[in-house]
Amino acid sequence: MSERLTIGFLPLVDACLPILAAEHGFAAEEGLELAFVRDVSWATVLDRLLYGHSDAAHLLAPLAIATTLGRGRPPQPLAAPFVLGLNGNAITLVPDLADRVNPGGGLGDAREVGAAFAREAKARSDAGRPIRLGVVHRYSSHNYMLRYWLAGCGIRPDEDVEIVTVAPPFVADALENGEIDGSCVGEPWNSVAVDRGAGRIVLATAQIWRRGVEKVLALRASQLDERRGQIEALIRAMRKAGAHFVDPANWEANAAILSGRRYLDADPDQVLRAISDRLVLTQGTDPIHYPDFMFQHREAANFPWVSQAEWLYTQMVRWDRFAFDPEDARKAARVFRPDVYRSALIGTGDLLPGASSKVEGSLDRPTAVTAQQGAMVMEQNSFFDGRSFDPDHLQDYLAQLPG
Amino acid sequence: MRIAIIDESASRASIIEEGLVQLEGSEIFVLTERRGLLARIEEIGPDVVLIDLGNPSRDVLEEYFAVSRALARPIAMFVDESDDEAIAASVDAGVSAYVVDGLASNRIRPLLDLAVRRFSAFARLQADLDEAKGKLADRETIDKAKRILMKSRGLPEPAAYAELRSKAMKANRRIVDIAEAVVTAHELIGDGQ
Repeated sequence: MSERLTIGFLPLVDACLPILAAEHGFAAEEGLELAFVRDVSWATVLDRLLYGHSDAAHLLAPLAIATTLGRGRPPQPLAAPFVLGLNGNAITLVPDLADRVNPGGGLGDAREVGAAFAREAKARSDAGRPIRLGVVHRYSSHNYMLRYWLAGCGIRPDEDVEIVTVAPPFVADALENGEIDGSCVGEPWNSVAVDRGAGRIVLATAQIWRRGVEKVLALRASQLDERRGQIEALIRAMRKAGAHFVDPANWEANAAILSGRRYLDADPDQVLRAISDRLVLTQGTDPIHYPDFMFQHREAANFPWVSQAEWLYTQMVRWDRFAFDPEDARKAARVFRPDVYRSALIGTGDLLPGASSKVEGSLDRPTAVTAQQGAMVMEQNSFFDGRSFDPDHLQDYLAQLPG
Repeated sequence: MRIAIIDESASRASIIEEGLVQLEGSEIFVLTERRGLLARIEEIGPDVVLIDLGNPSRDVLEEYFAVSRALARPIAMFVDESDDEAIAASVDAGVSAYVVDGLASNRIRPLLDLAVRRFSAFARLQADLDEAKGKLADRETIDKAKRILMKSRGLPEPAAYAELRSKAMKANRRIVDIAEAVVTAHELIGDGQ
């Protein structure tokens, strides 16, 4: 007798794991029947989750934390027992600006592009026409990665440029008609802009933070308690889907499934580029290979590290400009639930880290780390500016970041 | 009370508007265009904003409410937590409401109730329409299957229909499903001529 779970999502490539878990029968093997509700705004994905139209949702990690803390609406505790993926977003600029900040083409160097971008931003700001950049949501990794990069390059995100919200499906339009000069968005929406000649990809967010946390599977904290068995079954099914997703033999078939009308309703070729780490940066050029553009499986990529949630909380404090609150920091940290992830996978032979929190951005070479289960080697995990984030010293970290 | 209705479906927006004009002392503004939406909202300065859940501009709108200094009073998404039931009903009906901070709950409740009723009414109309369309399409498929049987097996019309019906009953399926199978098979195999 299979149990039914309804999952809300936005049409983005990183909604892939629950979709493929259903499509390839991994969910059924775990006794689950998955149903999907597609929406076109995060606000609606969240409303449906909070009011019971969905049991779980593909959600922006910072939005899960903001919802728990009651930023912008009454607090509603959410839980994230599974990270749906790391990175997978890119910065796309209108072609003439891209040519000026990244004249060499290709994916630029984050520092060099940043320095050139700072000059452009200053000139435009002095001329009274500040550069305007789109992000998908105030509480998104896109917003925090973009701001981290800008601030690290000497650009004050709230003074020297304008950052506005643009829904992913409208990014290409907004670039084309001059509403924005650039954007940080997930796939396939950068590729849509590139193929229309509306923009050029200049950086991947994986160049800003090599292992940056992106979407999570979120649910109401109360639901997690009530439906613990089903959620753990879903975690196992999504891990199997992840192994399938990263196997090159399956890329084309998975691109075809994900781009179908019920899911992304997109061009399969554009979806294939994202999942194979082969991006076309400029209209009509050959794809380049950028390894780990998306990161959905290796190194226990789906493990919800408490330090990831804490990093996101520091960025929320930084850019919402409210005072650091130790109690909120604890609440934010508790949104990520490594305990649930562990109990779902213990005994399966799947990789489980030994710790639940780590210093983020400190690895510049492959490093063996202690594992509870399996052998764990973590590759490079660094921030572009060479800083690292120690979750034991949140306030010190905040104090040393450029405002 | 100034109420803005944001809905890219003009027909639904007009049904909502029709319902809300009954409310005394309210002025209704209907916005169906995505472009220039925020500028229009700023111009109107609404006390209440109703937007359908399927609207792609919701995140843009929420961001505007979060940062806007243009509106004198900040817009809170919900009046307070005690309105949870009303909000759940509105989400069920497919509408989301944003209300200026300080607007009394007893003024919002009737408005939300009305909006929910009108949204549900529209959904019912839509479902009726879809059903009618579906029935029409079923009719056409059955007629097609009948013509195929009449031609390929030389049956008169009532016998062709009886054939479809008896197959459907034996297989415990709908007549239209059998008709569809006949039409598909015919398309694949042809009539042998």
